Amino acid sequence: MPAENGNSENGDVGREETRGEGTVATSGNGLVDVYREMVMVRTFEEACQKGFRSGKIGGYLHVYIGEEAVASGFLSAFKEGDRVITAYRDHPHALILGAEPKNVMAELYGKGTGLVKGKGGSMHLFDVENGLMGGYGIVGGHIPLGVGMAYAQRYQGSDHITQLYLGDGSMSNGAFHEAANLAGLWGKEGLCPCLFIVENNQYGMGTSVERTTAMTDLAAKFDAYGIENEKVDGMDVEAVMEVAQRAADHVRETGKPYAVEALTYRTASHGAADFMEKYRTKDEVDEWRQRDPIGLLEKKLLENGELDEEKLEEIKGETKELIDDAVKFADESDQPDISELYTDVYAGEDEYLGEK
Amino acid sequence: MAETKTYREALRDAMVHELDRDESVVLMGEDIGVYGGTHLITDGLYDEYGPKRIMDTPISEGGFTGAAIGMAMLGMRPIVEMMTWNFSFLASDQIIQNAAKVRYFSGGQVEVPLVIRGPNGGGVQLSAQHTHSLENLYGHFPGLKVVSPVTPNDAKGMMLTAVRDPNPVIFLEAGALYGTKGEVGEGDNAVPFGKARIAREGTDVTLIAYGRQVSLCMRAADALEEEDGVSAEVIDLRSIRPFDEDTLVKSVEKTHRAVAVQEQWKWFGVASEVAAIIQEQAFDYLDAPVQRVSGAEVPAPYARNLELAAFPSEKMVANAARRTLYIEEK
Ligand SMILES: Cc1ncc(C[n+]2csc(CCOP(=O)(O)OP(=O)(O)O)c2C)c(N)n1
Ligand SMILES: [Mg+2]
Repeated sequence: MPAENGNSENGDVGREETRGEGTVATSGNGLVDVYREMVMVRTFEEACQKGFRSGKIGGYLHVYIGEEAVASGFLSAFKEGDRVITAYRDHPHALILGAEPKNVMAELYGKGTGLVKGKGGSMHLFDVENGLMGGYGIVGGHIPLGVGMAYAQRYQGSDHITQLYLGDGSMSNGAFHEAANLAGLWGKEGLCPCLFIVENNQYGMGTSVERTTAMTDLAAKFDAYGIENEKVDGMDVEAVMEVAQRAADHVRETGKPYAVEALTYRTASHGAADFMEKYRTKDEVDEWRQRDPIGLLEKKLLENGELDEEKLEEIKGETKELIDDAVKFADESDQPDISELYTDVYAGEDEYLGEK
Repeated sequence: MAETKTYREALRDAMVHELDRDESVVLMGEDIGVYGGTHLITDGLYDEYGPKRIMDTPISEGGFTGAAIGMAMLGMRPIVEMMTWNFSFLASDQIIQNAAKVRYFSGGQVEVPLVIRGPNGGGVQLSAQHTHSLENLYGHFPGLKVVSPVTPNDAKGMMLTAVRDPNPVIFLEAGALYGTKGEVGEGDNAVPFGKARIAREGTDVTLIAYGRQVSLCMRAADALEEEDGVSAEVIDLRSIRPFDEDTLVKSVEKTHRAVAVQEQWKWFGVASEVAAIIQEQAFDYLDAPVQRVSGAEVPAPYARNLELAAFPSEKMVANAARRTLYIEEK
């Protein structure tokens, strides 16, 4: 059983050893790198919103603004060979695991240089080489897949684990309950190293958790399936990192699933096209903004002297440059070749069964 | 009397009409209440009718659709919103295994007066998991009625008919056209199921479609007229099950040529059914093989250029018509 929930002082639990080889600078001194990573994700997401408004990005666009500490914190416990699966709010997972921002942006711009060749768009980022087994668009639909992946990892004799991200809203879906039950069951035999990470951002689209279930303690829902669980302040990245490391170690050692409900908040609208927000007040959003995960970390790092204003500006400047370059790359890339329409439908020699 | 309204307003009008007329009518779905509906179809209804009749549901398509079937079996008349039909796969077990069949396997002891409605079809870069046209899927199952109106007037008139029908109705809306305007009959202008609409009269070739593809056929018909002097008739099927075979056959008897258009995949689709009906009932009148225009046999791609290439275009329709007339394609 993992230790009680406490904040480790410097929070950068084995970061260097555990991080997969990302392109996002993670070498060096722990928390400052986490800060840089979160700023990078935020800057990327803001660029996406801009791209959507100007019509460069089509379809649905869901950004992670306000929730950065969750993905960043949990992925700090990622070890090479582990797997990550999530829903459609998937940009941070791809970026933090090491996908190049320019390829992610090109995907959103519908270009042939995109992470999945322009075929999936924002909701379907995949980077199998770096561990990302995808973003999925049907709420709850990916949860059983993650449980199956965890089983496969043990079946194949590895000590890797699956980080399975899911939304508060998805827990009303039958697929969640069926998958959690399976995970609990297989976990009894040590055959399901699945770390469930509930990104509880308080809403599924316009419906609050209170209006979606009579049992609002989401972590406790896992009790019904024999899966140990806890909650964490998802705005405090150090707290998240601590839980993540402990929970990942536990899952890795025992082969049993474990669940963490991260309490966070989507300060952006649900999707880029959703401006109305009739379901919440401005005051509520402002209140959560006071606890913005990047703001909190920034304050801490300035206070303890790990960062000063100059370094801060430097990080922001470098990040802006990185994302500006990504946007430029995306903009200048070509659309996929039309022949791509007919590839990847089937594996094997005949990739397309139909007339062209 | 008629008024100009959007497709969206026409749908809401019909539901308001039925909510006022019949207390057993309730609306259910994700974010249809406080939020006003993700496509704003139900905007304002929550304030007007309250949470008992305008029910916000969790993201539990199988659960709330099944519950709606149960309500209907006890005499309520639920109108369920699928935020988009793509999510109906989660509810398809309830729709197919219960709604479609319970009347039959109960020996006629119960009925299921239920409407399931929402936007169907693609075209806005939502990619593979959010782009489906499901008329052939649901049209396959006896016990279900399946309709697909494209004009605002039909959206309203067929919704009135759907709510009053004692059977489960799959109501496939042209989501891409929610904002388009048209003349809508006032009051009780119920439009019957099983009656196709001649959207444009013509003499040389019949273009057959439903939903969004009707607009495509109208544009193709204009192009054929201008560029080739060809007079195309356009049939809007409106109703997939029951299906109006008469209107189809009569038109082909007149034009001797037919092109069936659908957004969905070619294999096992509605266009195949259209072609089969024509060869069964109007074989001797045909002067050319029936052409089918369909989507490419791939999951929907995201990139704009790929998506456009995956769906039927005005040009593809016009060229198919030219093939039936043995004139050069453009
Ligand atoms: C089965 C299904 N139903 C409905 C939707 C539409 N939809 C997309 S996101 C969403 C809200 C999901 O909320 P949550 O799981 O809390 O994730 P969040 O968006 O808050 O990250 C809904 C209802 C969908 N994609 N899939
Ligand atoms: Mg949520």
